[in-house]
Amino acid sequence: MTVVTDRPAPVSSPTPEPARRSGLLDRMRMRAVPYLLALPGSLWLVVFFVAPMIAMISLSLTQGDIGAGFQQTFHWQNYTHSISTYHVQFVRSLEYGLISTVLQIAIAYPVSYWIAFRGGSRKTFYLFLLLLPFFVSFVLRTQSWNFMLADNGIILGPLKNAGLLAQNFHVLATTPAVIGGLTYNYLPFMVLPIYVALERVDPRLIEASYDLYASKVRAFTRVIFPLSLPGIFAGVVITFVPVSADYVNAYILGGPKNTMIGNVIQNNYLVNQQYPEASALSFALMAVLLIGLFGYAKALGTEDVLEAAAG
Amino acid sequence: MTTISQTLPATRPERPQKVRKPRTRFGDKLLYSYTWLVILWLMAPIAVMILFSFNNTPGRYNTTWRGFTLKWYSTSKLGEFSDLTTAVKASLEIVVVATIGSVLLGTLIGLALGKYRFRGQAVLNLVLFACIAAPEIVMGASLLSFFTQLGVARGMMTIIIAHIMFSLSFVAVIVRARVLTLDPSIEEAAKDLGASAFTTFRRVTLPMIFPAVLSGGLLAFVLSIDDFVVTNFTAGGVTTFPMWIFGTAKLGMPPQVNVIGTLIFLGGLVLAAINLMASRRQNR
Repeated sequence: MTVVTDRPAPVSSPTPEPARRSGLLDRMRMRAVPYLLALPGSLWLVVFFVAPMIAMISLSLTQGDIGAGFQQTFHWQNYTHSISTYHVQFVRSLEYGLISTVLQIAIAYPVSYWIAFRGGSRKTFYLFLLLLPFFVSFVLRTQSWNFMLADNGIILGPLKNAGLLAQNFHVLATTPAVIGGLTYNYLPFMVLPIYVALERVDPRLIEASYDLYASKVRAFTRVIFPLSLPGIFAGVVITFVPVSADYVNAYILGGPKNTMIGNVIQNNYLVNQQYPEASALSFALMAVLLIGLFGYAKALGTEDVLEAAAG
Repeated sequence: MTTISQTLPATRPERPQKVRKPRTRFGDKLLYSYTWLVILWLMAPIAVMILFSFNNTPGRYNTTWRGFTLKWYSTSKLGEFSDLTTAVKASLEIVVVATIGSVLLGTLIGLALGKYRFRGQAVLNLVLFACIAAPEIVMGASLLSFFTQLGVARGMMTIIIAHIMFSLSFVAVIVRARVLTLDPSIEEAAKDLGASAFTTFRRVTLPMIFPAVLSGGLLAFVLSIDDFVVTNFTAGGVTTFPMWIFGTAKLGMPPQVNVIGTLIFLGGLVLAAINLMASRRQNR
């Protein structure tokens, strides 16, 4: 979350080491410092992030199962077969991701706007309130929605008893429930970057637009909104990928017709143990999401996705 | 709006100032109510969770309000499900080790990236970004593939490894951001005054980056205790608190879950308050 507010490195002066009368040994030692500092963490990332990705890609081209072992046969059919079997869930995930991201922008923008421009001295307080949900486990929050929206639960139950709703009315196991859950769970990740972008808008620019006889609406559409676009962009980068890959909401709030690709991957790995196909699916998912992201960045004219995501 | 019109060259004929009514308060009020509505929406499931931790329900099924009680907060009731207790203990053990590990490794990377230029820096930045951006399910799936192919048995160890992996990049990014804002001349001054490299680090650099280290630690804590997806893939036979809740998804949560969720929520608030006070003191 704080990542969002983190600005990309303004290039600082190269190694401002004090000029000291020092021997070759000392200089070498100084030069080794950054490598020594970065080494343990980098090793960790290489061994437990990069290597596993490669392991997954290699596994996706094998045949076999856990019992008999996996043979590296460059079996591309893992991809074609699993995608043709699960393309419905694939498309559904992207669709849910898209709808939920758009909803998040629509919900988050006014909130960010109000906090940035009218929050006054209580900005931090409002941001803190928006981040409070993170102190409760993601699964627990979703489960709490499941509890609240239950067919005869604390909301629908009384309404049904009062005769305001049909007895068979239900929210759970529907598409809106899943999309609602996704939107709920990722909303703060959209609010923060938009807030940061709006906060950075120079008030003098807005004043200037008024001085040039812009109406309030025009000042917003021509000055404020364009300046906040990087925030929206960063929000989309941060939320679209995890929302599309999520399976907790679909599992807890959805029904059999709301299965997302994450549920399929999870099942194929942990229940059916079809590792080669499951890893092909996860790699395909990551590839699709990343290609989508970079395409989106290009269309928006941002050369550097990394920079945009870093805020 | 006065700033600019005052600096305009005097040659320009004075335009009649458009009479601007005071801002319409209506739009502001609307936005204000809207913001609170969204905040309430975000809070709703948490409020309900806390409320139903006080529900005087007879047994496991916590579905309708039966009056106020504190009975679920007693140790005997809390420990009723031994597997839940084990899961919470596992979560706490994991969060402690993973937070310490990721703060250590992440802070070092953050220092290296913020203070120095070195070969491989761009690659390291890219890996950090990829680690933050990769979908959790893909990280979990890749770790599972990796451990399976190596024949490593999954359990506490693999969960902790995974948690350190996904938290350390966040810590590194936060610490780097802080280091970049530091004035290098302060450290130079310490060295000029005869401080050794270690003393400089301990007495000058570390206190200056400490708020970032704390925020990073808080984030690592939240990420780790909250994590379900990656944990589910790397857990093997171990069950953590979020996994236990996920397992009861179709049954409904017993009140004990509400109690533990409430306690973790309060713990998080305390940590956040400490973090806030530390950064206030720093900025004073």
